[in-house]
Amino acid sequence: MSNSVHVYDARADHATVTAESPLAYSFQRSGMPASGEASGEASGEKSRAVIGERAFLGHLILRGGAIVLDEALREVLGVGLPGRPNSLTVDADGQRSVQWLSPDEWLLIVPGDETFGLETRLRAHLGGAHVAIVDVSAGQTLIELSGEAAHEVLMKSTVYDVDPHAFTVGKGVTTLFAKTNVILRRPDASRWELIVRRSFADYVYRWLLDAGEEYGIGVARESRHEPQ
Amino acid sequence: MSQTASQSNRLAQGGQVDRTQTLTFTFNGRSYTGHPGDTLASALLANGVDLVNRSFKYSRPRGIVAAGAEEPNAVVQLGATEATQVPNVRATQQALYDGLVACSTNGWPDAQRDIMRWVGKLGSPFMPPGFYYKTFMAPASMWMTYEKYIRKTAGLGRSPTQPDPDIYDHMHRHCDLLVVGAGPAGLSAALTAARAGARVLLADEQETMGGSLLDTRETLDDQPAAQWLKTTLAALAELDNVTLLPRTTAHGYHDHHFVTLHERRTEHLGDSAPSQAGHRQSRSRLHRVRAGQVVLATGAHERPLVYANNDVPGNLLAGAVSTYIRRYGVVPGQKLVLSTSNDHAYRAALDWQEAGREVAAIVDARSAPQGDLVAQAKAAGIRVITGSAVLEAKGTQRVSAARVAAIDVDAFTVTGKVETLECDTIASSGGYSPVIHLASHTGARPVWSDDIIGFVPSTVAGVTASGGARGVYPLGEVLADGVEAGTNAATALGFSAAVNDADLPRVASRHEGSACALFQIPHEKATLRAPKQFVDLQNDVTAAAIEVATLEGFESIEHVKRYTAMGFGTDQGKLGNINGMAVAARCLGQSIPETGTTVFRPNYTPVTFGAVVGRHCRELFDPERYTPMQSWHVARGAEFEDVGQWKRPWYYPQKRRAEGGERLETMHEAVARECRAVREGVGILDASTLGKIDIQGPDAREFLGRIYTNKWQKLAPGRVRYGLMCGDDGMVMDDGTTSCLAENHFLMTTTTGNAAPVLEWLELWHQTEWPELEVYFNSVTDHWATMTVTGPEARKLLTDLTDIDLDREAFKFMDWREGHVAGVPARVFRISFTGELAFEINVQAHYAMHVWEALFARGEAFDLTPYGTETMHVLRAEKGFIIVGQDTDGSVTPEDLGMHWAIGYDKPFPWVGKRALTRSDTRREGRKQLVGLKPKDASVVLEEGAQIVFEPNHAIPMPMVGHVTSSYYSPTLESGFALAVVKGGHQRMGESVYLPMVDGRVHEAEIVGTQFVDPKGERQHV
Amino acid sequence: MFHIYCPYCEELREEEEFHPKGEAHIARPEEPEACSDEEWGDYLFFRDNPRGIHHEMWLHAVGCRKFFNITRNTVSYEILETYKMGEQPTVGAEHLAREEKTASVQAAEGGQQTVGASDAALASVKGAQA
Repeated sequence: MSNSVHVYDARADHATVTAESPLAYSFQRSGMPASGEASGEASGEKSRAVIGERAFLGHLILRGGAIVLDEALREVLGVGLPGRPNSLTVDADGQRSVQWLSPDEWLLIVPGDETFGLETRLRAHLGGAHVAIVDVSAGQTLIELSGEAAHEVLMKSTVYDVDPHAFTVGKGVTTLFAKTNVILRRPDASRWELIVRRSFADYVYRWLLDAGEEYGIGVARESRHEPQ
Repeated sequence: MSQTASQSNRLAQGGQVDRTQTLTFTFNGRSYTGHPGDTLASALLANGVDLVNRSFKYSRPRGIVAAGAEEPNAVVQLGATEATQVPNVRATQQALYDGLVACSTNGWPDAQRDIMRWVGKLGSPFMPPGFYYKTFMAPASMWMTYEKYIRKTAGLGRSPTQPDPDIYDHMHRHCDLLVVGAGPAGLSAALTAARAGARVLLADEQETMGGSLLDTRETLDDQPAAQWLKTTLAALAELDNVTLLPRTTAHGYHDHHFVTLHERRTEHLGDSAPSQAGHRQSRSRLHRVRAGQVVLATGAHERPLVYANNDVPGNLLAGAVSTYIRRYGVVPGQKLVLSTSNDHAYRAALDWQEAGREVAAIVDARSAPQGDLVAQAKAAGIRVITGSAVLEAKGTQRVSAARVAAIDVDAFTVTGKVETLECDTIASSGGYSPVIHLASHTGARPVWSDDIIGFVPSTVAGVTASGGARGVYPLGEVLADGVEAGTNAATALGFSAAVNDADLPRVASRHEGSACALFQIPHEKATLRAPKQFVDLQNDVTAAAIEVATLEGFESIEHVKRYTAMGFGTDQGKLGNINGMAVAARCLGQSIPETGTTVFRPNYTPVTFGAVVGRHCRELFDPERYTPMQSWHVARGAEFEDVGQWKRPWYYPQKRRAEGGERLETMHEAVARECRAVREGVGILDASTLGKIDIQGPDAREFLGRIYTNKWQKLAPGRVRYGLMCGDDGMVMDDGTTSCLAENHFLMTTTTGNAAPVLEWLELWHQTEWPELEVYFNSVTDHWATMTVTGPEARKLLTDLTDIDLDREAFKFMDWREGHVAGVPARVFRISFTGELAFEINVQAHYAMHVWEALFARGEAFDLTPYGTETMHVLRAEKGFIIVGQDTDGSVTPEDLGMHWAIGYDKPFPWVGKRALTRSDTRREGRKQLVGLKPKDASVVLEEGAQIVFEPNHAIPMPMVGHVTSSYYSPTLESGFALAVVKGGHQRMGESVYLPMVDGRVHEAEIVGTQFVDPKGERQHV
Repeated sequence: MFHIYCPYCEELREEEEFHPKGEAHIARPEEPEACSDEEWGDYLFFRDNPRGIHHEMWLHAVGCRKFFNITRNTVSYEILETYKMGEQPTVGAEHLAREEKTASVQAAEGGQQTVGASDAALASVKGAQA
């Protein structure tokens, strides 16, 4: 690896430094309606849509040629690039994923503490190839959406076709969400994932609560706000 | 409120209303009853309410005419409270619910006692087109006064003045096939395509799906049509690839099969949307549908005949009479005269008689009508008068008689003796007009068909009109046509549709005689002298008005429409357009197709603003972007400024002691305090909103050299440079600093508002012009939080918090260093937008609050002062630092700004903007140039945007030579100061300019350099 | 509301995801210094506005962020084809060839293209404060 790029581990020691997820302020300000499932409250009503933040994951943008990146990823992560536009590959335990964003751009999501090590190993493997790897972990967050009415919440929010028959498992797109944009994907049959930019996260959160109200939307409290 | 009236016109049985339940409602302040299954219109007719409105222009009494979307008169204002007012609701489309409150929209103060009758009298016997403009123009100055009252009485409904308690939403839908209309054609099309596997969306505007099947006399498979309807709807509901949307009007067809639907979700339940299981639900919903194929099964509207006084209450469409009897169990009168040009309308008379009321006569314009329905009528003993028509209705508040005579349709003359038939209801039918509104929204012009005497849609790829919508009327043919439309759509979508004719229900064959083309009925008097013959009831357009329009020289039907207002507004010509064209054609002595065609605009029926807006309102109107320190700013009591979608702290007002307690600082006071803190101590700014772009690749440096005006070849890792960006027109577009992180790695900053456009700009040049350059751009704006610690004490404050050597020699101005701040990995940049010693700390946004709070904990000893954008503006302006978009406006070159030092004319590549800087226009003398202005009176803060003149005594208009771009009060200078662009300003240092103000004052100011504080720039180097 | 096929995402997307970027196939002169003021002005400011076939550049702004071209009928709004940057249209190409011949500026190699002037809106974005 040359010194041509400033490779830099900007992740702090979460044992000594207080980290705040992009939705921390929103939870405090707009509240976290209980999801019926989790709370088992007296009302007994089950939320038909449930959201939760998966905070502090590692988000890396990979830019470059598909062939070299695919080879490096397979070697380093054991997962290859998705072959088709608008698709997603997930590793065996569901913790690491690679998503097509454009013909020369992919989003890699891994457990937060693996981020820098992964970038370093990828760069070592890629040698002098013309690629860019950019850490955007703190610039966006991942919101999970599940429940039987999840796709209806999405229908109220995005112009993209989210009919579960059309938006099949393994699909992922960048599209509009209300008046901002999100990366929307479906890693498995039970849930959707929205990746939103940090500065828009509060807007998206408030929108989801509002659009999900008629389905009794709840916020999963088991969301990991602490670093992994 | 008076006593509840009885439902005198309600039949004891029949129809689809639930007589076991009674609903109470109020119309024009009077209480009535109806039943579930009623519309407001059917309930009003059941109660014998004849008068529902006053007409738009002549203020004539009007009653219910139709039973659906085409109703022109019964357009009401709905709402029990001020907050729930909804204007322009068709009573024929409003389901009745208990407690419904409605009133007439026309006829102020109410429809019974209308003060505007005098206007109708004044204008009688004839108000020509343009009457209001012609009559109330004198004196011209009074028009505004007249208009206020005319508008109020014009009955366009009114908006609520209190906030709407309801919520609304949108839903984006995608389907293979959208079927509009769930009558026989739509149902068969939907079922056929759905069974072939297509994803089908079926929308129908009525309370109940079924269309004409809901009131037909015909049978399907020897059963009442309702049975087949029930089976078919159940079959559709069972398919999971079918979505049924009742109470949903397709109101607009847009490009590429994008159709908007308005679903009234709770309008049938109450005045305001009831909550469901404790959750609010939207009152109505706008569906934005993208379809692969569209079948328009929108049916046809019956055309009324145009005869004298055809607007008096008691004049109805023949089909509406049948609908009210068969569907709602309501007979809207005692004695009927039917005037028709076709067989189909005969069913109105049959239904009427079967309901136990009297039919005075059927008046048929055809000389020898022959058809099964004609025979049935004769067999039932109904008198049929042939070769004749109703010339005129008698009566004012209600029809009292019909004047009938033989006519010659072709010669447009009355040929026989007039017979007056007593009656209280006249039903008329001039045939049917396919509902081609949506087809017309596609832009395709409809075409005239002599076969059906109406316009049919022309072909648009992917859009199929089916059944009545394309002039196919017999039920058996309609069902088959729907199957064919569904099959073709499914096939076009790639599904193989197996059509089985056996699926089609059997329809008893019925012979129907051919109709005659009949629109306006001749009268003994010429049209201009005859009693009013209405063409467009909603807009009060008469046959005479159209004749006048043609006499005044309007020949194009488009002009006639605009002159007379025919087909305007919420009506969109549903009943009147074809008749109007026929009248114009007659006057012009040509055929209807020669006269032109008719097009309709969205929306088909009114859509509430609530539905249009959806949830894009109130706090969700627009995204609010927050930095990671937002909660701190809020807790600190910051006032916020919108910068693009960002919320940025504007200033932080503090409490001050004042007489009788405490008060908050004014902005002026807060900004003065914040400015002093930075100039004398240390301040901190949340600069996280700055755009940040990570640039990697071996050609990154080359790319920067092409996109920026200045040089980048020698910028070493660890160094930062200010860059200026132009368009290829040479005008300044953005600026910011770019840091060399490593040989092939740069971090570019942009202005807050331009972060996204600049990234797009870089991509544009890379993707379209220089794809061979090996470089990638990625936004990291949200990843890094940025806090600017600035002021003479900045170094002292930071020393204990960082492992970076802050020594002025080790860490020079325009250097950046990597290290830790408050235990968090950080990049620190020694750049300054204040002119003071400054450190910009970048940390991952997760840790921003940790670092920010650590800085304040340490900063207590230094009275660390947070400052907002206003102070930032003052400080930067004192230094002459520009703000792109404020001091520039897209017509300013780097040279105009005096920034020659940032232009690398000798760079080898013809960088973006270079060529334009040597155009004759950018080289000319007298361009507006950026200068400083010092008001002669130090207490004056010039107005931003104020125009500048050289010669204050010049006659008006004075030559304007520039304007103020930025202006503030400087606590440091203890004076107002400004930046401005002035013609040839760079050569005019020390000269005076003048700023004439609106109030007559003229400020004098001296042209000075742009750097008001520390012109040598020493303070940032300390 | 157009429904636009993105040649990179290989599917139809809603118009709201795209930004129109004006006439396509406007090549930046390779040697700007060799252009007269008039030629440079033509390149910067002058665009066709045909009734009928029009080649336009669009950006899949909320999507893959790639620029591409559309051949569109400006009367019917029908999109006849979309194609990647650097490719040539198959519809109306003869019209394009004529245009390039008559244009006073030289086409860059490889069919690359650009817009010339900065987006006027860009510079005047309200609130574009630092």
